[in-house]
Amino acid sequence: MTEKSVQEKRKKSVTMRRLMNQKYLQLMVIPGIIWMLIFNYIPMGGIIIAFKKFKITKSIAEAPWVGLKYFEEFFQDSNFSNIMVNTLGISLLKLIIGFPLPIIFALLINEIRNLKFKKITQTISYLPHFLSWVVLGGILTTWLNSTGVINVLFQALHITSGPVSYLGDPKYFWGVALVSDSWKELGWSAIIYLAAISSVDQQLYEAATVDGATKIQKIFKITLPSIKGTIAIMLILQVSGLLNANFDQIMILKNQINISRSQVIDTYVYQVGMSLGKYSYATAVSLFKSVIALFLLLIANFSSKRLLGRSLY
Amino acid sequence: MKRSVSSKIKRSKGTLIFDILNTILMLFICFVCIYPIWYVIVNSFNDANDALMGGIYWWPRQFSLQNYKTVFSDNSVLQAFKITIAKTLIGTTVNVLFTAMVAYPLSKKYLIGRKFYMAIGTITMFFSGGLIPTFLLFKGLGLLNNFWVYVIPAAFNFFNLLIMINFFREIPDALEESAKIDGANDFTIFRKVILPLSKPVLATIALFAGVGQWNDYFGGLMYITDNRSLEPIQTYLYRLVAQVQSSQMASSISASNISAKDSTSTAIKLAAMVITTLPICCVYPFLQKYFIKGMMIGAVKE
Repeated sequence: MTEKSVQEKRKKSVTMRRLMNQKYLQLMVIPGIIWMLIFNYIPMGGIIIAFKKFKITKSIAEAPWVGLKYFEEFFQDSNFSNIMVNTLGISLLKLIIGFPLPIIFALLINEIRNLKFKKITQTISYLPHFLSWVVLGGILTTWLNSTGVINVLFQALHITSGPVSYLGDPKYFWGVALVSDSWKELGWSAIIYLAAISSVDQQLYEAATVDGATKIQKIFKITLPSIKGTIAIMLILQVSGLLNANFDQIMILKNQINISRSQVIDTYVYQVGMSLGKYSYATAVSLFKSVIALFLLLIANFSSKRLLGRSLY
Repeated sequence: MKRSVSSKIKRSKGTLIFDILNTILMLFICFVCIYPIWYVIVNSFNDANDALMGGIYWWPRQFSLQNYKTVFSDNSVLQAFKITIAKTLIGTTVNVLFTAMVAYPLSKKYLIGRKFYMAIGTITMFFSGGLIPTFLLFKGLGLLNNFWVYVIPAAFNFFNLLIMINFFREIPDALEESAKIDGANDFTIFRKVILPLSKPVLATIALFAGVGQWNDYFGGLMYITDNRSLEPIQTYLYRLVAQVQSSQMASSISASNISAKDSTSTAIKLAAMVITTLPICCVYPFLQKYFIKGMMIGAVKE
């Protein structure tokens, strides 16, 4: 026996002994791995039906290959441009306007000096996050119709001259989606930033005060630079989810009248897949989405790594 | 000297204005966050036919408990509530304990295969099979029209796992070593030492999972195809909301077209909305300190 193989054998037996020592730990971890293989990886394998003409009555293996037929069908679909514009439009609106709001809110909450008021404000601002979109949808459909709360208020304030049906007119849908989403998640999204702000070294502020810095200067010169890492991480996550235009929200707020501005990739997949039973076509659409989302994640992560030195992995 | 005093006064004046504006803004945000709930509560205590005329903002116009009586005498609503409560209790317990059990070994740097296990999990955070393949899997597993569709696919969550791993790492090793000397195996240590010490993180994850279960309507919509008695209350509400919305659209939103059916469904909707929302409103303020910590560990991962 050569020196090397003896060493290798010894190494192997050490590993075996270590494995025996941690057999309970291994037994605890394995059910989780099996769960992921079944519930995450089998569906990933199921994506194959995007390239096959799959029928629910037969197995996936029996289905004939059709190549990229369903992708081509989607690109030529008369709804294609509408769906893409809506998905990207709603998401970009949420990114450009919705993303900075919690940061501003966190900065402002941080300026409250009365601790009790601060805590109450925070607690209350989390409340909408815990309401389901179904409940909020029920409220919004009542509020946004032509006799609802919003119309009464806007007419009293002379913002609008007559009744407007906000969910019954496609041109308002993006606005409704943006405002209702910001309203639901404002406080909740601010938690992360508040946590980051609270860990900024207080001495920096004291030194700046001595130097005569104004509040605005302190925010731009100390607070924001200190939490830029957190902002970067949240931004990467947001960009990678750019094609997820919040399924629950849109599913509940969309209707037959506003559909030209409310149909997004996810709701379209549900509609053609579940209501019309076009499984292969729906899977192709959702795969198209996943691939782009993955690209966006990689691009966002790469840029953040280059520009800020912060990344997800 | 004089200048510095005057600039100080000037600054505090600016600060005062800022503080006042900030307080007003915060009060406004608080109002906007609480008012929807108040609106639903007030309307739910109002006579249903009267409420359909609108205009009830601050206080019931015709106080009535009829909506609640209707809800509590409607068997399908009660059944939906039972399903929601059952799926929340069972689903949350299973998720928290199962995820914790898997997280504990993964918090050990010396675990053989740890990197591989983590890689398998990380991929699932960024890529998934999507709706249809998942549906087909559940169909193949016999989970359609089965109560366990709420529990088993929701038994594990990789993001929650990361939060737990970070928490378990903070527990001092000495505690486990002393238990090991007493002859306990890893599973006993997990059960008797780790779990009792991890209440804050377990509470966080239980809140996340519990709210998810309680608020989920999509599972019932997607996977319960021909057995309405397994539908949770949120799915039931979703149908009501969608139905009311389409009937409103169809009748071109005129108050004169209100039918008896509309007023009953609105009554059920409002009362059910209050009953589904109140438990969460009562619970979350008490768990606040936990979930803030949990979110921090989960997201600000270095």
